[in-house]
Amino acid sequence: MTTLLAPDTSTAGREPQDVRRTPRRVRIGGADPELVTHLVSAAAGALGLTWLVFERLVPMTGVIGFWLCWYAAFLALFACISATTLDRVGVTDRLVGALVTTAGIIMVACLAGIVVFTFVRGREALSHLNFYTQTTAYIGPEAPLNQGGIVAAMVGTLEQVAISVVLSVPLAIATAVYLSEVRGRLARLVRTVVEAMSAVPTIVAGLFIYSMLILKFGQERSGFAASLALCISMIPVVCTTAEVVLRLVPNGLREASLALGTTQWQTVRRVVLPTARPGLVTAVLLGVARVIGETSPVLLVAGSTNELNADPMHGPMLSLPLFAFTQMKMPLDTAIARAFGSCVVLLVVVVVLFGLARILGGRPPGHTSPRKQRRLAAARARRTERESSR
Amino acid sequence: MTNTLTEARPPAVRRTLTYRPTAQDQSFVAAARSAAVSTLIIMGLIGIFLLIGAWPALHSQGFHFLTRTDWLPETGTFGIASLLWGTILVGLIALAVAVPVGFGAALFISEYAPRSLKRSLVSLVDLMAAVPSIVYAMWALFFLQAHLLTIAQWLSVHFGSVLPFLRVDTPDSPSSYTSSAFIAGIAVGVVVLPTITSIMREVFAQAPIGEREGAIALGATRWGMIRAVVIPFGRAGIVGAVMLGLGRALGETIVVYAIISPAFGLTTRPLQSGTNTIASHIASRYSESNGLALSGLLGAGLVLFLFTLVINTLAGVVVSRSRSGAATEI
Repeated sequence: MTTLLAPDTSTAGREPQDVRRTPRRVRIGGADPELVTHLVSAAAGALGLTWLVFERLVPMTGVIGFWLCWYAAFLALFACISATTLDRVGVTDRLVGALVTTAGIIMVACLAGIVVFTFVRGREALSHLNFYTQTTAYIGPEAPLNQGGIVAAMVGTLEQVAISVVLSVPLAIATAVYLSEVRGRLARLVRTVVEAMSAVPTIVAGLFIYSMLILKFGQERSGFAASLALCISMIPVVCTTAEVVLRLVPNGLREASLALGTTQWQTVRRVVLPTARPGLVTAVLLGVARVIGETSPVLLVAGSTNELNADPMHGPMLSLPLFAFTQMKMPLDTAIARAFGSCVVLLVVVVVLFGLARILGGRPPGHTSPRKQRRLAAARARRTERESSR
Repeated sequence: MTNTLTEARPPAVRRTLTYRPTAQDQSFVAAARSAAVSTLIIMGLIGIFLLIGAWPALHSQGFHFLTRTDWLPETGTFGIASLLWGTILVGLIALAVAVPVGFGAALFISEYAPRSLKRSLVSLVDLMAAVPSIVYAMWALFFLQAHLLTIAQWLSVHFGSVLPFLRVDTPDSPSSYTSSAFIAGIAVGVVVLPTITSIMREVFAQAPIGEREGAIALGATRWGMIRAVVIPFGRAGIVGAVMLGLGRALGETIVVYAIISPAFGLTTRPLQSGTNTIASHIASRYSESNGLALSGLLGAGLVLFLFTLVINTLAGVVVSRSRSGAATEI
């Protein structure tokens, strides 16, 4: 907040030596004390007013209603208090600032609420060790939480995600290379289609695999079919992120490489891809984080089972989101606790993947880590040693 | 002396530069191109296989597939009118929640937040977009619904007499407010909130610094600067973000499926229990359907696919107009 002091007009008629006083310090940055005072007094006043209305005047109840009324009263009081020192434009500015900050707080509160709620409800299931080592194959949904677990779902998720990474990452990165390096006539069309693909509803991806693999080619429901359905969601995520990353590789590097007489393939292989490597890893991690929690495509094509099935090609296969979904539908406390437990596992995996992606993606392209610098320095030292001994 | 010099100079012939790619380069370009083409093919296959699967249903119902409201494949009459209406209703309610909050949050992150907070807020929005929809579904079912019931009841009791679309059949019983389009819409709104916020923030951050400083130097307040510079520059991006959010909201399956209780009919009362969307209808009926019923589900999926495709292509065109595609130069 910048506070500039207006020149004191009351001293206009005095002697010149009086006018030239030492100017007071101009504050730049930091919280405006006047704004803070106004905010605090408006909040306190609104609290008192709402309490009066709720508790004394009108017999109303409800926590949400109370805070909604408080917020409305706060906005009104804040506008009135601000009007004592500011004009209409200033009051509007402050009101908009308050509204916008509220939107930011709502957003953060939603995320925090979701994470905390899931952890609190999932704690009960997670505290049993068997939750990570057993399956729910031969027990009913009403069995206590010290029996049964999610190991089948974890194995299924791991295999399905691994298969879809193997299938979709090369295709997606090759497409990104086409879009940013080859830049043929098709590039515009392909970019539009990839963007459209990222918007294909996941249930439609599941329906497509169902219609093609199971109805047309007569395959059974399996983990492999589920990974194919996940590929549809994964390709556009990896491709768009990878294209952005490849575009960030400085053109000077490409030109320098080509000026040394390399072919285009050598430039891509030796210069562009290594420079963009951390970003490409980020792209893959973001893709995995996206598909690991997909429920609807898996729901249609993976079939339903409670047993551990490690063979992705044959027989139905469980996965973490599917397990959470089937348990959630049962009106039993133990089943719901298991569902929340598997949701916590999913959330933790997503957050870890996301954190890794942030750490890697935060580096600028071409950045060499201290470890890599040491390795390069050691290689250089070895080379000079060899040449001098010759 | 001068004669020999001029003769030594070769005649000025225009050099033609030809690019002869090596065999390695040719195969590299071919491989990259075939990868790009195969993504095109996958997209085409989705449409083709949905159409093949849906053909019996579309053929037997004809145009009534789009206009009939009930779903009775056993008697041979089914249509997606009520599903389509429910999908749009839930999508619009979601936008009504997500657009104002997302707009505010995007402005907060790009204009109001202290610089130290900005980076972590951007990460938080991205993380929120990556939270699996099953987690949203469970949160909405076991937490959000209970709190929204009181709001829905309050709205209906106090404003139902004035606004007919807020009425429900039995306003006194809380059970007539559960599993409604209103609750599902708000839950979906939370799901699409990070999508809308992150696109809008990206667009706001691109508003040119010179114009911003110009507005501030002319004495504009922060909101004055935003209104005069940031919003006009980001208008296309705002429209695009809303459309992309709508595209995601229409396709949301698990959250809607977890909350609503299926009902057929063109409901005009979003607070009343019971509605249906295409995606949740597919998820709830796929296991018990075969033959014509399954074909009908594929037809519904095809309609959803085309619907979101059109919306997102339009949004993509709008957003890409406001985004620069220049490469980094050194």
